[in-house]
Amino acid sequence: MEVVKSFFETPEPARFTGIWSWLFTLDHKRIGLMYLYAIMFWFLVAVLLGGILRLELMFPGETVLSADLYNSAFTLHGVIMIFLFIIPALPAVFGNFFLPIHIGTDDVYFPKLNLLSWYLYMAGGVVAIFSLFSDGFADTGWTFYVPFSISTNTNVSTAVFAAFILGFSSMLTGLNFITTVHKMRDKAMGWLQIPLFTWSLYATAWVQLLATPVVTITLVLVMMERFFNVGLFDPARGGDPILYQHLFWMYSHPAVYIMILPGMGVISEIIPVFARKSIFGYKAIVASSLAIAIAGSLVWAHHMYTSGMSDTAVFVFSLLTFVVAIPSAIKVFSWVATLYKGAIQMTPPLFLSLCFIYLFSVGGLTGLVLGAAGANIHVHDTHFVVAHFHFTMFGGTGFAFFAALHYWWPKMFGRMYDFTKAYIAAILVTGGFMFHYVPMFILGLQGMPRRYYDYLPQYAGGNFFAGFGALFMILGIGLMMANLFASLRKKRDMESNPWGGVTLEWTIPSPPPLHNFVQKPKIMVYPYDFSGIVDTPANKSEGA
Amino acid sequence: METESHIVAYKTLGLVLGALLVLTAVTVGASYIDLGWMNVWIALMIASTKAGLVLVVFMHMKFEGRAVVWSFVSTVLFLAIMIGFIFWDVAFR
Repeated sequence: MEVVKSFFETPEPARFTGIWSWLFTLDHKRIGLMYLYAIMFWFLVAVLLGGILRLELMFPGETVLSADLYNSAFTLHGVIMIFLFIIPALPAVFGNFFLPIHIGTDDVYFPKLNLLSWYLYMAGGVVAIFSLFSDGFADTGWTFYVPFSISTNTNVSTAVFAAFILGFSSMLTGLNFITTVHKMRDKAMGWLQIPLFTWSLYATAWVQLLATPVVTITLVLVMMERFFNVGLFDPARGGDPILYQHLFWMYSHPAVYIMILPGMGVISEIIPVFARKSIFGYKAIVASSLAIAIAGSLVWAHHMYTSGMSDTAVFVFSLLTFVVAIPSAIKVFSWVATLYKGAIQMTPPLFLSLCFIYLFSVGGLTGLVLGAAGANIHVHDTHFVVAHFHFTMFGGTGFAFFAALHYWWPKMFGRMYDFTKAYIAAILVTGGFMFHYVPMFILGLQGMPRRYYDYLPQYAGGNFFAGFGALFMILGIGLMMANLFASLRKKRDMESNPWGGVTLEWTIPSPPPLHNFVQKPKIMVYPYDFSGIVDTPANKSEGA
Repeated sequence: METESHIVAYKTLGLVLGALLVLTAVTVGASYIDLGWMNVWIALMIASTKAGLVLVVFMHMKFEGRAVVWSFVSTVLFLAIMIGFIFWDVAFR
């Protein structure tokens, strides 16, 4: 392939140089990387906060955090992880970078809107930080439940406003992706020739666009309640506190699918490449992405079984919750079936993907425990919920993010990381994860409530072990990031297709040029046809 | 990238504006009459008609292709389902 300048050397617009060429860039790849740096920063901050929370819980009584500080710390941990890391992580970083390439085009449909989304994301983060230094960060948890969020003296309004701004960033990204897929897809690419990661982004974008306005307006209502005492959620004035929960979860449950769907898309990309085999059930995976997006938007009230809503609603939402497990299971079956009799080549991205499948399956199955109304009432608001949520969101989306980083890193930066360190880090994170969250399932079943800085003596053992797990996990994350970023010191000499992938990003140079394609992309009849792949350069470049 | 433009006649725009104003007056008028359980439904129907007129004429929905029209219809349908599902709770509490 002829040598072409990468997007690192060709700013867009061309008149800007240095830092300005990044801050004013309209190139989807640079915007993706700007998200990456910002998201990594917030992720590490939230990991640190999570570590401090676990340190507090490692021993009974007050150790490193007071009760009030603990409340603010877990709220901040949740707000950062949800709104600044998990929701934007995969769509904003890898979606921005790879969606246009996957569909054979040179950018997203609205490049300026794309940059605005990044600025809104940054503004949301700055406002969240600002709220820390004015009357203290909210102590409500990331759910901002009324009536407490209306009556507490901490700075709920600013924290809520931060989430409001971040909501706009998410909506604009979703709008951009939907329009791009419809309007800018290569004319030779039919709907059933689109790579599965892009399909998952498309399904996610619809949820972002439809559900996010609900929570943004709900958060505005919370502010109105705080400033003007409107009475929307106050029964004494004819309001309904359960209405807040409906409105909040109407977004926030679909939001977990905003978080997990792109993760599933990443795994659907990685598994066939390293199994050297066409993905099993392409159409079923596409259909299940859409089914998850639709059905997942109709199960929100399973968070509210103990809120006092009607038994009829409990029955309906419990039933629907079981329905949404079906498309998720279809994906897991398809991934495992893809691996079956494949010529498996173990690499760090595949290893992390396998960890994803295991952890997400545990998370999904424990979700059914919570979806069943009877069982839910016993473990509601206990550490069982904390463990389930982290198994799906961290074991799921978090591990998919790690897998995506390791899979697309050589394409984005043109450099390969050290495989041995990558494996050690992945084992540390996964082992630490299990050690950290499995005790929480047991603690939850024993009745330990969540969101308390202290506990009864019988819970001491489990919390002590969970703290150790957290330590290993944090060490693993640190090693993983250090290993990836250490590779940036190497010479940029990565070939275009180190893994032997077949989607369009592997047909262009690493890193890609400004307009992605030097020649008109050749669209394959089927996007996962590995019959033309005979060599696997990753083996040669391993640890290089 | 193609850009399409459609020019709607002033007469059509004026008629729609007139219809919106009339419907606003109807909304205000209806609020003075107690029709029992139909109060909310009538207010919602008038508001939906107004929103429909704005979308179809002012926002050029009638010139859009099937994908955009269906995207919009499914959005409204989805919102209706979401609001409808809350009634599983409120109606049976």
